[in-house]
Amino acid sequence: MQTTANNSALVIIRQPPYSGSLARAGIDTALAHAAFERPLEVLFMGDGVLQLLPDQAPESLGRKSLARLLASLPLYGIEQVYADAEAATRYRLDLARAPLAVVPLTASAMGDLLRAHDNLLGF
Amino acid sequence: MNYALLVMSSPASGACAGTAARFARALLDAGHHIQRVFFMDEGVNCASTLAVFPQDESAPLQAWVELAEQHRIELVLCVTSALRYGILDDGEARRHERPAASIHPSFTISGLGQLVDAVAGSDRLVTFGG
Repeated sequence: MQTTANNSALVIIRQPPYSGSLARAGIDTALAHAAFERPLEVLFMGDGVLQLLPDQAPESLGRKSLARLLASLPLYGIEQVYADAEAATRYRLDLARAPLAVVPLTASAMGDLLRAHDNLLGF
Repeated sequence: MNYALLVMSSPASGACAGTAARFARALLDAGHHIQRVFFMDEGVNCASTLAVFPQDESAPLQAWVELAEQHRIELVLCVTSALRYGILDDGEARRHERPAASIHPSFTISGLGQLVDAVAGSDRLVTFGG
């Protein structure tokens, strides 16, 4: 596990994409950090891995696609993105088809990641 | 230590927002500093000056107002969330042609940059709700 600079933030996304407004709030917070050029990493945890589903079609719900927004994160310089491997397996998610490149982490690796950050923003 | 708080729960659902206010009070009592409290998503409802709670429940707004008035704690709402939940100051009410403002004057409305700045400027950020 790499070490991170002091004050680097970790955005932890635990909400599925279309159940409420918190999922979007998490992504907006990540983008705001990128806009101010602050170091930031993102972890999709538990039900949050459902945001990584390929082929999302939320237009039928009258919602905008969060997958498209996620796909833009690397363009804003957010490249350290991780996913809860156990949760992905539970939902039979093919992370290779996720909207953006993510690094799968075991439970103990997620623990290391959380400990490496002073600022945790949980959504 | 220098703390920042992020509150994302409404005082009307669950105890989380109240816990955040009590945590803030405990931090100050223990001699810590609070850089800023940032309210986002449903948490912006903490600033509503219009909500009426039953008399036998503690008034959730009062705890925040005391923190702001006695300790000059900065209480900032995310503008996107505030508009979505109808927490408006005079300027936003005018701009969006709404009949009244609904924010308590101890709170201010600003952008996500204030959260980024709070993360950068504090030793620890603690999230409530979500």
